[in-house]
Amino acid sequence: MPLSKNSQSLPAVFGSGVLRITICSLLLMIDIESYTLLLNQVLEMTEQKAFLGVPLTRPKVAFFELSSCEGCQLQLLNNEATLLDFLSLVEIVRFREGMKEAGDDYEIAFVEGSITRMDEEELLRVIRSQARIVVALGSCACFGGVNQLKNRFNDLEWVKKEVYGSFPIETQEVKPISAVIKVDLEIYGCPIKKEEVERIVTALVLGEQVHHPQYPVCMECKARENICLFDLGEPCLGPVTRAGCAAWCPSNRLGCWGCRGPAPEANLAQLQIIMEERGVSRERMIDRLECFGGFAGFVAEVKGKKGESI
Amino acid sequence: MKISCDIDIKHLTRVEGHGNIRIIIENGQVREARWEVVETPRFFEAILVGKLFENAPYLCGRICGICSIGHTLASIRAVENGFGIRPTLQTQRLRLLLKHMETLQSHILHIYFLTAPDYLGVGSVLPLVQSHPEVVQQALRLKLLANDICDEVGGRRLHPTRTVVGGFTMLPDRYRLGQFRQRLQASLADLTASVDLFATFSIPDFQRETEFVSLQGDGDYPFIGGNLISTDGVVKQEQEYAAMTNEYMADYSTSKLSRLSRKSFAVGALARINNNFAGLLPQARAIAEELGLVPVLHNPYMNVVAQLVECVQVVLESMQLIDDLLAEPWQEHRQPVEPREGIGVAAVEVPRGILYHCLHLDAAGRIVKADCVIPTSQNHANIFHDIEELALFCAGQGKSDKEIELLAEMLVRAYDPCISCSVH
Repeated sequence: MPLSKNSQSLPAVFGSGVLRITICSLLLMIDIESYTLLLNQVLEMTEQKAFLGVPLTRPKVAFFELSSCEGCQLQLLNNEATLLDFLSLVEIVRFREGMKEAGDDYEIAFVEGSITRMDEEELLRVIRSQARIVVALGSCACFGGVNQLKNRFNDLEWVKKEVYGSFPIETQEVKPISAVIKVDLEIYGCPIKKEEVERIVTALVLGEQVHHPQYPVCMECKARENICLFDLGEPCLGPVTRAGCAAWCPSNRLGCWGCRGPAPEANLAQLQIIMEERGVSRERMIDRLECFGGFAGFVAEVKGKKGESI
Repeated sequence: MKISCDIDIKHLTRVEGHGNIRIIIENGQVREARWEVVETPRFFEAILVGKLFENAPYLCGRICGICSIGHTLASIRAVENGFGIRPTLQTQRLRLLLKHMETLQSHILHIYFLTAPDYLGVGSVLPLVQSHPEVVQQALRLKLLANDICDEVGGRRLHPTRTVVGGFTMLPDRYRLGQFRQRLQASLADLTASVDLFATFSIPDFQRETEFVSLQGDGDYPFIGGNLISTDGVVKQEQEYAAMTNEYMADYSTSKLSRLSRKSFAVGALARINNNFAGLLPQARAIAEELGLVPVLHNPYMNVVAQLVECVQVVLESMQLIDDLLAEPWQEHRQPVEPREGIGVAAVEVPRGILYHCLHLDAAGRIVKADCVIPTSQNHANIFHDIEELALFCAGQGKSDKEIELLAEMLVRAYDPCISCSVH
């Protein structure tokens, strides 16, 4: 991609990997060193970003984590090729895992993880009172994630004893953050798909509406011309799970475990019929449905029919 | 002589998870020096109970957002050991390649994004984008390469998709593997530049003698399975891991803690090099010597240098692994899995040190009991005692509060702690 005239495409040049640097250098017939020099000049000139000639204000953004693996935040750093572009869109004032400075003047708060302790509820209320927009980042924040699997025992004392014996430890039933505060936007996935986050953040910065797909993962999987996992003997929640991940797991021949929760158009009754026809045991179906908490209502219904406790 | 200081760091930055540092010095005497772990537990060992074996790698990978591949592979090995499955040579090679690339991406993240800002006098990597663009580009190139190979082999860099009990759901593309071989070769230039950069850093001169635990090499530099060894002379088999970890609880930590021959021990890159220096490839060993890393070294700040040496080691080994893989046509990617009753233990060297998963399985392949011992949980007690020692050291030196605070932060960061992982 050559250096273009209008400023909004400049960050894309800067956020390049080695490949794009090489291509740029070849196009411009300059060596890497002069390219770096040029790069710095360009950077200085483009402090103020613009979109279609209209100056953009970079919103102040903060990241917070409750009970989680912090993987969703790391996914943002994992996008090396476009990381620097992304950083030029927003001003990060708090990102404990990556920076020492910590500001409290954020407008958008990204919250990763689910609630498992009282102090996390208090932190959430502080965040809500400050942030204009609160974004639930990833399946733990949206539905409780894998952490909520401990709720299925309906016996917190047993759970604590199994791990810590008699040592006193504080924990509560796992909740998504929407159980405590109003959430403006949910970004699904375990892990989140970084391309999707960047699309959503760009929309937020530009003041556009954010749309989630209404159709299931199965549609994306078909579009990618994958072999159907049911034909390979693998159970898959692709027919009922909300799309947007480009059928990430099925494209790697792993059945969908439903980390993004149900698609609004999902036909859950039909899923049970498919699973039965394909010889997938009820246990394996429930393993997948209950894994991230997005299908909690349906799981309760399915289990309720048999009167099971777990 | 340092008269008094009061350092109270709540939720240390640029580490994974939540921990606090407290140091109080009054009239030249250390009144308090603590490392506290305040992370919320997620109870993975309880969550696994009653689940079919295939859930173990899928769920355990989600213990950690940085070393998810290590956890996934540990769970797979535990199940396979429990069922008596021996992976094919091809599967072993692919798993090791995947693990090496996780090690590379994790070490690079730690070296450049979490550690380097301290040595370059900034608060995060962000100012370096302007002041040291070439350093940032080096880091991003190395990290991108590691992650790209993780995508190709494991299906995804975080929470991998292709790794299952018995092998892989699908195999990487041979042509692209060949291309990655070339990019690995090219990455050695970036690693050499990293070594040059590190040679300019002044690593704090602080020592506290301790015990180091890792896998035991057999003329090689081990990462998956085998005997366990300590610098105090303890040797155990993989399935005897509990005698190596001796977990206990203390009031300053929601993570379990470990000890062996002394009040604490350390795991991680420095421990591995201290135990298996002779197993390093000549090129990696030369870099270790160049950077002053010769065993047995008791300076915890040198762990980051050890990580850099390991980056070179895993890149060289990965090139050889790709050569070996491409020298033969693909074999079957997935072995049949027959559940049987048993106890499976796995010891795997992940970026932050030795990781153990132990699964008790019933005849149907359901998990009856689970135990995961995390590298950082094994390091917490060692960090705690290092902080005590550092406070004593500083009390006698007349350093400013700011200097003591930075030294303490850098000390904890040097371990590259993965705190949510340690509490899991």
